[in-house]
Amino acid sequence: MLEIKNLHASVDGKEILRGINLTVNAGEVHAIMGPNGAGKSTLSNVLAGRDGYEITQGEVIYKNENLLALEAEERAQRGVFLAFQYPVEIPGVSNIYLLKAALNAVRKYQGLDELDAIDFLTLVRSKMELVKMDEQFLHRSVNEGFSGGEKKRNEILQMALLEPSLAILDETDSGLDIDALKIVSEGVNALRSQQRSIIMITHYQRLLDYIVPDFVHVLSKGQIVKSGDKELAKELEKTGYSWVDEQPEGVSA
Amino acid sequence: MAEQKQQIEEFVPQEYAAGFITDIEADSLPAGLSEDIVRQISQIKGEPEFLLEWRLQAYRHWLTLETPEWAHVHYPEINYQDISYYSAPKKKTDGPKSLDEVDPELLRTYEKLGVPLDERARLAGVAVDAVFDSVSVANTFQDKLAEQGILFMPFSKAVHEHPELIKQYLGSVVPYKDNYYAALNSAVFSDGSFVYIPKGVRCPMELSTYFRINAANTGQFERTLIIADDDSYVSYLEGCTAPMRDENQLHAAVVELVAMDRAQIKYSTVQNWYPGDENGKGGIYNFVTKRAACRGESSKVSWTQVETGSAITWKYPSVVLQGDNSVGEFYSVAVTNNMQQADTGTKMIHLGKNTSSTIISKGVSAGRSQNAYRGLVRVGPNADNARNYTECDSLLMGDKSAAHTFPYIEVKNPTAKVEHEASTSKISEDQLFYCKQRGLDLEDAVSMIVNGFCKQVIRELPMEFAVEAQNLLGLSLEGSVG
Repeated sequence: MLEIKNLHASVDGKEILRGINLTVNAGEVHAIMGPNGAGKSTLSNVLAGRDGYEITQGEVIYKNENLLALEAEERAQRGVFLAFQYPVEIPGVSNIYLLKAALNAVRKYQGLDELDAIDFLTLVRSKMELVKMDEQFLHRSVNEGFSGGEKKRNEILQMALLEPSLAILDETDSGLDIDALKIVSEGVNALRSQQRSIIMITHYQRLLDYIVPDFVHVLSKGQIVKSGDKELAKELEKTGYSWVDEQPEGVSA
Repeated sequence: MAEQKQQIEEFVPQEYAAGFITDIEADSLPAGLSEDIVRQISQIKGEPEFLLEWRLQAYRHWLTLETPEWAHVHYPEINYQDISYYSAPKKKTDGPKSLDEVDPELLRTYEKLGVPLDERARLAGVAVDAVFDSVSVANTFQDKLAEQGILFMPFSKAVHEHPELIKQYLGSVVPYKDNYYAALNSAVFSDGSFVYIPKGVRCPMELSTYFRINAANTGQFERTLIIADDDSYVSYLEGCTAPMRDENQLHAAVVELVAMDRAQIKYSTVQNWYPGDENGKGGIYNFVTKRAACRGESSKVSWTQVETGSAITWKYPSVVLQGDNSVGEFYSVAVTNNMQQADTGTKMIHLGKNTSSTIISKGVSAGRSQNAYRGLVRVGPNADNARNYTECDSLLMGDKSAAHTFPYIEVKNPTAKVEHEASTSKISEDQLFYCKQRGLDLEDAVSMIVNGFCKQVIRELPMEFAVEAQNLLGLSLEGSVG
């Protein structure tokens, strides 16, 4: 599904990612953990195609294509989905309008017809149950006036609707109380499948109690310094990230 | 970031779909303006004496005026002697009585513009008056409307058939002395639409006028007069386009609305005059005076405008709230791109008691354009409990465009309540990335964000106009992302 090879990326001349290597197969859930400033969000932004990052070395192969050569919208149309850490507000644009435009953009790429209003609404309603969202959210402006939890649920709703092949969840647990965390996690778990890969980026082990990953990687100073299974996260919880920084550089899985 | 920046600055020339020229023979007066020209226009139209007299007074007054220069717009001085003040497609007969007699070339022109004049071809109930250069070339559904006593016809026809109404109302809202361009229009106006809705009648369909400038070096000076008698209602739509030409062309219209007791007029405009090319060459100078009088008690007038065209737009659709409990509304979207300039807004003049007004203005500036909101809220000494709410929002795209806000508030009554809110924002990289990450391309993302910004105004438009306006917003901003 996804193969990241020796990826180096800089922002304003400062190198943030310093040789990331990671292979994600279909159906796998990978958690990427690490202290603040390790490069977690940079990695998700680079994968999603945000402007402002310079790739200095390495490559990313997604479904046999050079991912880095594609525009952000082309990646999205091919099934790369980023659940944002800070979902953006778009005043005046109703949630349902964005959802429909997004779904139709993906369907158009897949050579499918646009869904008509009735089929679309039926589909959205079924997906909304997954994240326990009220229908009124469809008619509110995108993320405007949403609470932190509502914004994150909205992200998972979009994911459920777009059915991506590769979902990157960027700190989806941040700012969530325990109830919201449960709802969001249940939503994500329901979307796990043999065809879908998930990369979860998080600072805390807490999320991994709810969405149990197949692999855990520790990111530090722009490199993956340790990889393991879910037990690694528990270890981290006990020891904190300080020991990570003591590891010699260049160690990777 | 660098790539985004490049997209911001790169201009993909936008296709102005209405930019074609119709090859049709025309009768035009030679360029130049004089008392003789004014007389000739009046004579061609076979006007009664009172109207000629009025035109001449206006012309003589115009001669005493100086070109106004207070607006935030810049353009070379206009030589009024270089303009032809009258151009009409050559007619085979004395004015078409039915569509069969209208030159097929003209019908094709309007079809190309998406305004089919064939009544059978129209799904929605919209009656159209098509004004081509200086004359009305087709007017649909007249008979059906006449059954309810509604008059909807070219201005020049109304002059002959209902001179008493013209005499009573012409210039009663915008006197020829009002301003430079109103005086010019009053002297040389050629055609336009006339609407009268009788007492207690709710007009069963949207009335619309489609203005088209075709001839080169011609100015369009139309005059629209709408009278809604007691307890009546009318919704009126106005659309405008012009061919792409390198020279600037002048459009100086006057629109007068009169709402009597409890009458309501809803006036919607989608203005898409040719805006000039990306270097500011060509385009229409749109210097228009639009004003409504809420003459009766509890009357209401709403102006809704979506302005995407013209090299320069200079207009302030206003409402004079004379009747007690009358209501004035102004909803505006003004989009400027490239070298376009817009100085537009409204005036709400509160004279009656318990009058209220709402102003919602959305300015979108892209390219190197200048976009100014200018609005006046005046509350007279007798206007007890007057209320006004004004909201002016500006959206900037790129870093070479500018937005300006000039609000004027004059309150002479202590019970008045006037609120003004203003904001300026930019389309953010975050918003664009968010949309792109959901699969939308850049143009669709911009169009969606801009339409969201303008939603409060768009939703005031009649359904089919709203769709056109939404598409137009996207088109006007194509390639100007930022």
